[in-house]
Amino acid sequence: MSHPARPTAEPRTNPLRDPEDRRLPRIAGPCGLVIFGVTGDLSRKKVMPAIYDLANRGLLPPGFGLVGFARRDWATQDFEQIVHDSVRSHARTPFREEVWRQLAKGLRFVPGDFADDAAFEQLRETVEELDEVRGTGGNHAFYLAIPPKFFPQVVSQLDVHALAKPLAGSWRRVVVEKPFGHDLASAQELNEVISRVFPAESVFRIDHYLGKETVQNILALRFANQLFEPVWNSNYVDHVQITMAEDIGIGSRAGYYDGIGAARDVIQNHLMQLMALVAMEEPGSFDAQSLRIEKQKLLRSVALPDRLDESTSRGQYGPGWAGGVKVVGYLQEEDIPAGSATETFAALRLDVDTRRWAGVPFYLRTGKRLGRRVTEVAVVFKRAPHLPFSKTSTEELGQNALVVRIQPDEGVTVRFGAKIPGTAMELRDVNMDFAYGGTFVESSPEAYERLILDVLLGDPPLFPQLEEVELSWRILDPVLDFWASNGKPETYPSGGWGPQSSVDMLARDGRSWRRP
Amino acid sequence: MTIELTATNASEIAAALLEERRRAGSPAMGLVLTFVVVTDERDHYDSLKVARTVSREHPSRILLVIRRSARTTANLDAELSIGGSGESVLLRTSGELAKHAESAVLPLLLPDSPVVVWWPGRPPDDPAGTALGQLAQRRITDSAAPARSRPEAMLTQARNYAPGNTDLAWTRLTPWRALLAAALDQYTARVHSAEVEGERGNPSADLLAAWLANRLHVPVGQKTSRGPGLTSVVMQTGGGPVQVYRPDGKLAQLRTPNAPDRPVALHRRDLAELLAEELRRLDPDEAYAEAVRHLARMADGGQEAEPAGQASTSSDSRRSSRSSRAGGRKPAARGSGTGSKRPPRKRT
Repeated sequence: MSHPARPTAEPRTNPLRDPEDRRLPRIAGPCGLVIFGVTGDLSRKKVMPAIYDLANRGLLPPGFGLVGFARRDWATQDFEQIVHDSVRSHARTPFREEVWRQLAKGLRFVPGDFADDAAFEQLRETVEELDEVRGTGGNHAFYLAIPPKFFPQVVSQLDVHALAKPLAGSWRRVVVEKPFGHDLASAQELNEVISRVFPAESVFRIDHYLGKETVQNILALRFANQLFEPVWNSNYVDHVQITMAEDIGIGSRAGYYDGIGAARDVIQNHLMQLMALVAMEEPGSFDAQSLRIEKQKLLRSVALPDRLDESTSRGQYGPGWAGGVKVVGYLQEEDIPAGSATETFAALRLDVDTRRWAGVPFYLRTGKRLGRRVTEVAVVFKRAPHLPFSKTSTEELGQNALVVRIQPDEGVTVRFGAKIPGTAMELRDVNMDFAYGGTFVESSPEAYERLILDVLLGDPPLFPQLEEVELSWRILDPVLDFWASNGKPETYPSGGWGPQSSVDMLARDGRSWRRP
Repeated sequence: MTIELTATNASEIAAALLEERRRAGSPAMGLVLTFVVVTDERDHYDSLKVARTVSREHPSRILLVIRRSARTTANLDAELSIGGSGESVLLRTSGELAKHAESAVLPLLLPDSPVVVWWPGRPPDDPAGTALGQLAQRRITDSAAPARSRPEAMLTQARNYAPGNTDLAWTRLTPWRALLAAALDQYTARVHSAEVEGERGNPSADLLAAWLANRLHVPVGQKTSRGPGLTSVVMQTGGGPVQVYRPDGKLAQLRTPNAPDRPVALHRRDLAELLAEELRRLDPDEAYAEAVRHLARMADGGQEAEPAGQASTSSDSRRSSRSSRAGGRKPAARGSGTGSKRPPRKRT
């Protein structure tokens, strides 16, 4: 090998970097993160532990700064304790004193209200102090782990106090979590607010599903193999089922959940993104731009069926026995109004108007208090056009299926027919299983780690852009309107697989849901 | 579940493995590689424990080759266990078989999947030349494993490098190299010279010095310290030194001319973590190849390269660029070492 990197040729290239040297990880440049809403579950259970894990893996820059902002009468030491506790109980990597010391030096806390000008002034001073003392270089990301109704206020405060505009050679980014609005109009409104202050490329919308290894593996499965792509079309695929089921109820999320419901909470973001990854055409490359173009193309070609009453289903869990435990129904949950029409189960059929998918319906469903916790994408194939076996011998034979198991039990299942051992030619379905391995989950970075690192690196492929958000609202809005003006959700027993109407919805097409 | 087979052979072992897997109920295998560990009776327990930990991230069939006395009659005893994430087979080879262990290993390799050999103890001088090494596409040695003459062991590995070889002394450097590279990402000044300081007899220090000299084309000095491990790297630039200083083996300080000192966690990783990193990529490590070529050149270049590290070693860009043209890529797995420049002498 020759040495292309001569020291005099290009003064800006780092001689220690070598594209052949693939062990060297991507470490974010000097920067800091400001979290709004540090006392919330999201911050304590996901964001702060992920930051520790990143530090533990050596992926955070030396001198990283972490600023907490909340309406609490805390000193920085109190905040330190909060972060320490959250790291201790939720981080995935072992606790190491030296890693903690590295992080702790960069912790700051700013007490205050979102309306409090003095507090934001103090925030600006804190950020500047970090640049001075920790060398964060003016690069800061603002993580809005707060309810969306506060976004306008916080974002405009950031603007007023000169926190949003980067100096030359540095960056400022803003990170927002779902929900990205509750319909198209509100999503556009929300974006209007943010884009007045931050340019589009500085806005990072977190859909933590896209940070999951198994979701990224859909792309590997489809585009790194020769085996699957040739049959990935309407010639061979009968239909696709995308399921995200939870066995728990709404728990303590009543305030957030009521009035939002399953379709807005899950289908608009997670399931539509999964569908886009499963159905999109092959991108020219895996950079953010090419991926986004393909996802947008797909979402743009998605069409709702004409009869929404026959192709959608919604439900609300009633009291009953789930998994051997007696549970209350949705209406009996704490803080839920007696007449609530919020759906806790939603299913709908979507068609894709492209040559690849013409005539192949995509069935999306999600719900709470279902049989078990599972997220999966099942591609169900057509029956073989001709079976050279007697009718009786193939009675038990179902359709071939390829199932990408997203969580738990991450892996891939292929379902196909095989001979039953014996003298007669009898056939039945068998499963071929690939599991990522028991500790795949432990050793691999958590979705939030990956996404936060990507924010700090400014690497956007895994973040949905405004256009995708708007497109998925455009698909969902007619369904939501239809539901709003047509009765109430059907009650379904807890611990099962949802309301009868969802079974009927597939039966009308001559199909049935897979039991995941 | 453990099964013992005495006075056995590879086909009996393979049959027992298959039966066990069927009995466990799932014929599906998520195993991604065969991990051969060459060890002895004394160290086998620790090695197996580490290999099993690694197998959680990289599910493997572990074949632990234990060499016993060569003076008895040839015999193969095996101990199988299945479960968890992977399976392991202890192969106790004695008598003449101890010299032909590969004959028992070959039939037990997983179909198609990559094979990795790891020598936890004193590495063979030419890993790619050994019969077991030839079965593998990845050969992992550890020059820091022998009790003494570690730098010499490292140099021997450097001279006998073949694509697919790697040494844990190199793996240990990844966090250091990442941090140094990140430091130069941020502070983009030209480096005039560098100095590596580490514990006496630390093969990683030699390797790091070679890597820096090769990448930066500047003289790199070496100093010894009380350790543990590496303690400091300084890169001198026009604006001042860029330094990573780690006195306690845990927490380092990063010093750059334009910014305040910053603490960075830089703990010494355990064997399982090092091996897990090794198994993430199984193609030849070009960066390692260049570093060891440079290390061998430094030692053979007539200049006094004290592997123990008392004296300064250095190289200059003129020589390194000339010899890098001479030492081309080697074609085959069998280590022709550093090509025609391979020296006949061996340090002892």
